[in-house]
Amino acid sequence: MRLPVKKTYKLYVGGAFPRSESGRSYDAEGANVARASRKDLRDAVRAAREAFPKWASMTAYNRGQVLYRVAEIMEGRRAQFVELTGDEAEVDAAIDSWVWYAGWADKLAQVLGSSNPVAGPYFNFTVPEPTGVVGVVAPEEPALAGFVARLAPVIVGGNVAVIVASQKRPLAAVTLAEVLATSDVPGGVVNVLTGRKDELCAVLASHMDVNAVDLSGADDEREELERLAADNVKRVVSNGDGQSPWHVAAFLELKTVWHPIGV
Amino acid sequence: MTEIEKRQDRSPVPSAFDYAPAPESREIVTLEDRYDLFIGGEWVEPKSGEYAPTISPSSEEPLAEVAYAGAEDVGTAVEAAGEAFEDGWSDITPAERAKYLYRIARILQERSREFAVLESLDGGKPIRESRDVDLPLSAAHFFYYAGWADKLEYAFPNRKPKALGVAGQIIPWNFPLLMLSWKIAPALASGNTVVLKPAESTPLTALLFCDVVRQAELPPGVVNIVTGDGRAGAELVKHPGVDKVAFTGSTDVGKEIQRAVAGTGKKLTLELGGKAANIIFDDAPLDQAVEGIINGIYFNQGHVCCAGSRLLVQESIYEQVIAKLKRRMGTLRVGDPLDKNTDIGAINSKEQLEKIKELVAAGEEEGAEIFQPPCRLPEKGWWFAPTVFTNVAQSYRVAQEEIFGPVLSVLTFRTPDEAVEKANNTPYGLSAGVWTEKGSRILSMAQRLRAGVIWANTYNRFDPASPFGGYKESGFGREGGRHGLEPYMRFE
Amino acid sequence: MAQAPALPGGFELPLEPRLPRIGSVDQVAVEERAESLSRRSIKRESKLFALDLAVRMMDLTTLEGADTPGKVAALSSKAMRPDPSDLTVPPVAAVCVYPNLVPVALERVKGSGVLVASVATAFPSGQSPLEIKIEEAARVAEMGADEIDMVIDRGAFLAGNYARVYDEVRRIKEACGDAHLKVILETGELGTYDNVRRASLLAIAGGADFIKTSTGKIQPAATLPVTLVMLEAIRDVYEETGRRIGMKPAGGIRHAKQAVQYLVLLHETLGVEWMTPDLFRFGASSLLNDCLLQIRKEKTGRYQSPDYFTLD
Repeated sequence: MRLPVKKTYKLYVGGAFPRSESGRSYDAEGANVARASRKDLRDAVRAAREAFPKWASMTAYNRGQVLYRVAEIMEGRRAQFVELTGDEAEVDAAIDSWVWYAGWADKLAQVLGSSNPVAGPYFNFTVPEPTGVVGVVAPEEPALAGFVARLAPVIVGGNVAVIVASQKRPLAAVTLAEVLATSDVPGGVVNVLTGRKDELCAVLASHMDVNAVDLSGADDEREELERLAADNVKRVVSNGDGQSPWHVAAFLELKTVWHPIGV
Repeated sequence: MTEIEKRQDRSPVPSAFDYAPAPESREIVTLEDRYDLFIGGEWVEPKSGEYAPTISPSSEEPLAEVAYAGAEDVGTAVEAAGEAFEDGWSDITPAERAKYLYRIARILQERSREFAVLESLDGGKPIRESRDVDLPLSAAHFFYYAGWADKLEYAFPNRKPKALGVAGQIIPWNFPLLMLSWKIAPALASGNTVVLKPAESTPLTALLFCDVVRQAELPPGVVNIVTGDGRAGAELVKHPGVDKVAFTGSTDVGKEIQRAVAGTGKKLTLELGGKAANIIFDDAPLDQAVEGIINGIYFNQGHVCCAGSRLLVQESIYEQVIAKLKRRMGTLRVGDPLDKNTDIGAINSKEQLEKIKELVAAGEEEGAEIFQPPCRLPEKGWWFAPTVFTNVAQSYRVAQEEIFGPVLSVLTFRTPDEAVEKANNTPYGLSAGVWTEKGSRILSMAQRLRAGVIWANTYNRFDPASPFGGYKESGFGREGGRHGLEPYMRFE
Repeated sequence: MAQAPALPGGFELPLEPRLPRIGSVDQVAVEERAESLSRRSIKRESKLFALDLAVRMMDLTTLEGADTPGKVAALSSKAMRPDPSDLTVPPVAAVCVYPNLVPVALERVKGSGVLVASVATAFPSGQSPLEIKIEEAARVAEMGADEIDMVIDRGAFLAGNYARVYDEVRRIKEACGDAHLKVILETGELGTYDNVRRASLLAIAGGADFIKTSTGKIQPAATLPVTLVMLEAIRDVYEETGRRIGMKPAGGIRHAKQAVQYLVLLHETLGVEWMTPDLFRFGASSLLNDCLLQIRKEKTGRYQSPDYFTLD
């Protein structure tokens, strides 16, 4: 009888898979999963910030292609994900979510932006731009589709993410991180932390170098987290379920430019 | 010998720096001897029984025999498209429709070298352009529109967009695969099926595209390719089973098509000719403006509807610009389209070459001054050296008529108003170029130029996200961007 | 000519013979043009010709605080005979060293035709009193260096003190005597291509024989677009005045393929007349071995290993 090689579940930070600097792990889904510390979160935010300029300045077309590639690689690993989640429909929905959002990358400006007919000889236009580092607390369930539904709209618009996975069911998130690592997603654009939400969420919500937070998966301490977020005027995003370009817009700033028209 | 003399003896100034031939291999392309029509997902022999060779314009070598569709063949194709539309294509979910288009985009990327070589062989354009421009843009077009397929309600909020049905599409020979992508991608994304007729002289990449359709497992009948000449195009336009006609080509044929669909209720878009003004102001970054002029008229041998074929240069910098332009023309390399260093390839057909020669002769006769850098043109094939006419008056034929070749006509202006006047003084209105440092002037010129595409401090830039189309006799309708979906939809 | 009237600051009547108008440079277009030229495919005999020329155009450089006579001796040997196993490979144009090492270099290359270039003027920063920079240049010239590479005062340039930048070039040129003057613009600090063009024209006006991109001590150093901008400035000077000025990209050119790209750029911008070490140099160190590698590959048909080429 052949003994299978057991997998070690680590964090995904800066494009690499480190263990927690604290050396701790916790038991989830029958495995030892890395238990991220506040320092890991600090490192993740730093990695995200470093990765932001390059990701934000890629052409929208390129970003769309990267997200489509994530779908391609995930499709190739479909069986593994079905085994993890036990739910084919959930896996298909997650893959299709990447495809759907990939197609938005080079259309956002056309739907969200505008040229504005001001009452004067000026050319005036509004363009959406990514806000920067976005902290996401993923929902506990569904562990895979919910994770993707929160992550894709963040990064398609050019933002970078630090995402705290489902505490009870983190394995799908770590496996997805492996997909991200092999899909041309630059290191640091997505950082996945597993661990206890009560150790991580407050640190994320109070971090002064995080520009926005999506607290969908943090039902418990919502009010406290939103209060902490106010210290650097983070954008606090509560996107509903489903998929929509407005979910992307929630993480975008709008810049309006004026220029005179004359000879 | 002095030290300096010794050095110069050891390192004399070379007489030339010749680039060795750097041919792209033809091996990647497999040509059939003969191609049939692609209808209902299968290769079908033409009922017309007609075949004719397609010729490589750089060598006059016949490449393959291609079917010439007759009325009955066109009818069969339209029916197949109609059936596919009723019976499947409009039923599958938009998200699945998107996935077919993504597949096509990826396959084009995977097979891009094969397509690029074939495009250069069949049409004459340099491999550097087909490889670096035509193919990436073609794939990008499919990728862009794939993303719209399941997002139409966001493109047309509150309008409940629906597909039209069968689109009859006729494309030109200057960017065969790219024009095919511009037509098919938005049509399919919005839920239509298509019958596409490639240009007579450049059918091969469209025919190879049928293999992409097969690899993508596109349902049969969604894309039908009927090769042929103007007769097949006319049949397609008038067929009652076609709900929408899209045409890119000459203004004359565009007008015929418009007459043919009059009263039928068919939706129509036309992308026709142009005689664009490329306007250089005295504060323009000159060396880059000269690159823009070169790119504007010599890119793709000038076989471009939006080519900057009229240079309007501010009189105060005229001498300087012309000197730089002539000098730069001397570094253009005319030759074998498959050589990676070729800048200017072959003229697409004998007919087109004759047209160019006729207009150039007219230009000389009318009194314009001609300049062509010394050029060694190959023996076989159809070639024309890059040409510039100075001393051109607004009324000369070379300033009014579209030459569709590597021929630039130069006129001068004194003030922005005069530049706008001269630029707009044409029945065409497809594109224009403006070169100046001053932002407000760019915007003012853009506001006043009557053209569908304005390039400021650049030229001949295309992107699937950017709407393209003309004013006046350059046609109507837009291709590219969110606006490019509209011609293929009906609204409640 | 009548006396010119008093004019507001910044407005100057052109002098005869005048330099071309400064003009602006479009970044996107210039980068595209450079990129397009870098895609030329230079193969076989034309590649061999280009590589051979690149070697002959090289200023083999060592500019380290740790340079010793031993290091410069080794460099000089390499310069005179880059590939001992293939004597058809020509010597390089020059060795480039710090002032203290000039005598060693001169001694080593004597009689070989390889020139000795030295940096001067408080290289690389230039942030020293002018008198000291002039003195340094004069001493180096006195030692017998064939060429002197100076740096412009970027601080003065960026503060808008163009007259001072011009004046410094002029006075260093005087101090050079017979030695050729290369003026380093340190393009990586200038911020825009417009500034690179301005600095090029200022340096040429001040008497530069060559304009050079960089000290090699900061990034970015030489790039194809920056080189194109400088070559275009040189072209304008030539068209208007008939003077031929040389150009030297330095720093960041490590691979033979890049060197060939620079030569294509040179060829298609200025023409064949500039394709000589008298008018074009590469400031490099590791580039030489990569050129030797590629030359041998062209001659033997086999990809080579660095193990077979000496490190000096």
